[in-house]
Amino acid sequence: MTTAMDMVRASREPDRLKAMDYIKAICMDFMELHGDRLFGEDPAIICGIGKIQNRSVMVIGQQKSVNFGMVKPEGYRKVLRVIKLAERFKMPVITFVDTPGASCGIEAEERGQASAIANCIMEFSKLKTPTLSVIIGEGGSGGALAISVTDEIWMLEKSVYSILSPEGFASILWKNASKKEEAAQLMGLTSQHLMDDEFIDKIIPEDGSEIYRLKEEIIWFLEKNQSISMEKLLKKRYYKYRKII
Amino acid sequence: MILDHFKRKKYDAKKNIKIKPDGIIKCPACEKMIFKGELNKYRVCNYCGNYFKMSALERIDSIADNGTFVEYFKARKSKNPLNFPGYDQKQEELKKNLGIDEAVISGICKIDDRRVVIVAMDTHFMMGSMGVALGEKVTKSIELSMKKKIPIIIFSASGGARMQEGMFSLMQMAKTSQAIGKHREKGLLSICVMTDPTTGGVSASFASLGDVIIGEKGALIGFAGPRVISQVTGTILPDGFQRADFLLEHGLLDMVVAREDMKYTLAKLLDIFVPEKQSDKQAEKKKTKK
Repeated sequence: MTTAMDMVRASREPDRLKAMDYIKAICMDFMELHGDRLFGEDPAIICGIGKIQNRSVMVIGQQKSVNFGMVKPEGYRKVLRVIKLAERFKMPVITFVDTPGASCGIEAEERGQASAIANCIMEFSKLKTPTLSVIIGEGGSGGALAISVTDEIWMLEKSVYSILSPEGFASILWKNASKKEEAAQLMGLTSQHLMDDEFIDKIIPEDGSEIYRLKEEIIWFLEKNQSISMEKLLKKRYYKYRKII
Repeated sequence: MILDHFKRKKYDAKKNIKIKPDGIIKCPACEKMIFKGELNKYRVCNYCGNYFKMSALERIDSIADNGTFVEYFKARKSKNPLNFPGYDQKQEELKKNLGIDEAVISGICKIDDRRVVIVAMDTHFMMGSMGVALGEKVTKSIELSMKKKIPIIIFSASGGARMQEGMFSLMQMAKTSQAIGKHREKGLLSICVMTDPTTGGVSASFASLGDVIIGEKGALIGFAGPRVISQVTGTILPDGFQRADFLLEHGLLDMVVAREDMKYTLAKLLDIFVPEKQSDKQAEKKKTKK
């Protein structure tokens, strides 16, 4: 039987597909947009435009091969910039989440990591365009949440989404990082568990055809939301998080 | 066992700071003994000026006009969604000992005769961490402010999201932030005062989203805690790192305010943003009735 910790290990496999692999496979004519216009460029998060079946979309993805996918404040401010752009041109936003958490360090604090994440969450929650996030590997804490407050959240079967890594959870609560197996079990971080708890909307099975499946599903998502009333969409998105009591 | 009597008792540093039955407390900074009665309502050490931890009610007491505070949203029961062992008991114990039902107190009070929604967090209750009940209380307070069309002032003090509630806690960041987003669109004022400490999931959500963000003098404010940062980066952190003045210097706060000046500052801000006083309104109402 696969335990929750096995899933965590699978989600961290070094040869697992990265955000860019999905973007290139799903998105036609992808063009990357760089920089936050304030401080710098963070290659750990990819932002760009492209087409999926003749529908223009804004795509955002955390690239785990750069700095482990840990995004710096300038990365989140780049996201803030491009999602506003997407809103103006009525492009749906698709995000690929794959990060152990937001970057932490002296520089990240100096540039206001907390404020960057908070603003991302808030702007995503009221963005006037359909939004979708797909967790493709590790979804870790606020660093993942910053780009996944969306209309729908999907997960690849062997990805995880949690408040903290099981190691961190065990060391904070039990002062013992080696209890990670137990922690993983308790945290309910697997795709199936999160589906049962209604945090996510869809699981994409990983049987070798996940890219194809994901593309089909995204096309259907775009179709479904093409002529939806923005007011309705925003209300639904607000309620999605408001109902968690 | 008789041997138990000879065992050395564990030294608990926290107990030292607590108010002792004879009414003497010890300042954690200068280690001088202070009579409880000597300590004013701002809870500042008479000798070294160090700020003692404030409970949520003490905080409100130091800000609100006398006797104007009315508490809202009492007794929301915290669930235990992960069935975390010992979590329920811990909460029950804290509720009994502290006399509050969550790490936050919210309600409506007057500051210099202007009605505001006030939210104060309390680090005595599980480090002020944000779980479902706390997120709900904060969200409801923001909604109350929208309903009553009055400003909201949030005093944050928290170690971050409450780990014991897992993903449910994480989602409170989304819930509270989107409520503030809505609040902004209504043209109402929100003031966030970050007190010591404000880190993690709270600083990365509603606490960073106020129209005006104030840091209390000397408060620790940041995303990751200093211990985590020095562990991850393997460096010794510079003096004053993540303290309020550091954040002001880096453009992350509007102002740093001393605890004694907090009420005056808030009153002044309210006066400039929403000039109309409550008593003026009532006087007007009376006039129109006549």
